[in-house]
Amino acid sequence: MNKTVNQKAWFFVIPVFVLVAFNAIIPLMTVVNYAFQETFGNNVFMWEGTRWFKQIMLSERFHASLGRQFLFTFIILFIQIPLGIAIALTMPKEGIGVPVCLVLMSMPLLIPWNVVGAMWNIFALPDIGFLGNSLNALGFDYNFTQQIGDAWFTTILMDVWHWTSLVVLLSYAGLRSIQPAYYQAAEIDGASRWAIFTKIELPKMKKVLTIAILLRFMDSFMIYTEPFVLTGGGPGNATAFLSIDLVKMALGQFDLGPAAAMSLIYFFIVLLVCWVFYTLMMRNEEKS
Amino acid sequence: MKKAKWLVPTIYIIFLMLPIYWLLNMSFKTTTEIINTYTLWPQEFTLDNYKKIFTDSTWYTGYLNSIYYVVMNTMISVAAALPAAYAFSRYKFLGDKHLFFWLLTNRMAPPAVFALPFFQFYSSVNLFDTHVAVALSHCLFNIPLAVWILEGFMSSVPKELDETAYVDGYSFWRFFFKIFIPTITAGIGITMFFCFMFSWVELLLAKTLTAVAAKPIAATMTRTASTSGYELGLLAAAGSLTIIPGAIVIYFVRNYIAKGFALGRV
Repeated sequence: MNKTVNQKAWFFVIPVFVLVAFNAIIPLMTVVNYAFQETFGNNVFMWEGTRWFKQIMLSERFHASLGRQFLFTFIILFIQIPLGIAIALTMPKEGIGVPVCLVLMSMPLLIPWNVVGAMWNIFALPDIGFLGNSLNALGFDYNFTQQIGDAWFTTILMDVWHWTSLVVLLSYAGLRSIQPAYYQAAEIDGASRWAIFTKIELPKMKKVLTIAILLRFMDSFMIYTEPFVLTGGGPGNATAFLSIDLVKMALGQFDLGPAAAMSLIYFFIVLLVCWVFYTLMMRNEEKS
Repeated sequence: MKKAKWLVPTIYIIFLMLPIYWLLNMSFKTTTEIINTYTLWPQEFTLDNYKKIFTDSTWYTGYLNSIYYVVMNTMISVAAALPAAYAFSRYKFLGDKHLFFWLLTNRMAPPAVFALPFFQFYSSVNLFDTHVAVALSHCLFNIPLAVWILEGFMSSVPKELDETAYVDGYSFWRFFFKIFIPTITAGIGITMFFCFMFSWVELLLAKTLTAVAAKPIAATMTRTASTSGYELGLLAAAGSLTIIPGAIVIYFVRNYIAKGFALGRV
């Protein structure tokens, strides 16, 4: 759409700007304040420069949780995106099946995150949980509170359960926007199912899939509540992702300086990845 | 091939329903049954867990608190986002692209980063432990999202609509409320759905900003799990009840979801 230049449009943006700035800038400044100083309470601050940043960048604890975070995010993206597309492709396109699928599939998205964690905790308990009990009955030695592999398996399965539907809904919406004429043309040409998918459906879904990947990246990168309730970051620190580690440092140990420095580095990484995505997305949009 | 097509969604839905069923199953059991035996459905069916929640005010006020701040947040977010999204979809102005990305960065900000500063900030302005505090803090991620979705919807409305209205002598605000808003009701519905969803499910900020008076249900549950023994049945009943508001909201927007997604950006 060709937009007209109108500087008065700023007046429309002011309420949003004020509300978000109120919530974002002032607290962020507090974080910056802590990141460069040492405090002993009572508003006494001592300038520390970049000491906390150096400390965090060199700390093995940060490297470990960052590594875990990237591994987790990549695994869930790798599972959820293809799975979401596959389910969207097989979903009914008309009739009573559509609302039934949509309503049932959206359910996990609207459950509070700590309830998701609690629910999976109950579901996966080795003795009284359905998942844990069944796996043990089948001969697997499964205990997510004791074994690192099982803890990861359960956390990933929980996230797949929780968020795949978002990818499904987005892909489904993308698929619905394809006009029937495309399919008819493909049928006349005798195109194979695979050709229809790669030549028609996938290009049409590109936009929504970018959004899906962006949303899933952002949200999985800041995951906190679900694994915190499910495993508490354990066993040991095996599932202590960035946010869990950060909260532990800030509110648990009250190491405000290092925690603030870590917050800024953390935020910066998310920002960087999202900026790359966003630029790519905008470029795509301008092309089409 | 054709016949097996329903198989994939069916298996997926069964996978989705299993943990929910297990939660419901637990909520109807007595604590002794949960601890002593492994049963696929309740042997001694009981409603005691639910009775406790509906009669104990520390429990049911949690639900009221949550609903109160979620509704407040949804209203604030959509009301503020409507004019802003209109500006982004119709006009070019100084710094518009940067502002839009800056808004989005707040959707990306990990709440864990903001938990402690939020606590200090809202305490210093005397809003700690109020519904307003939670509603305002959730604006951090809901307003950017609302602007993003609404902008997508508004961009799909042709600009001729605005121009025709002005030619017909409509003032801007009359056009905005009488013509423009009714044409994007689906978009507003979807936006409200997402705002409701993300405010309802968020716990970290809601828990940090409240103590007693505005404590959300989700936080009440966490406390029960850790301090007063492990009352799994009660926990399961409370959890099951948190699914209901979401389910109601989905039911109302079910037709908008597919349509809305296709029109808008999200």
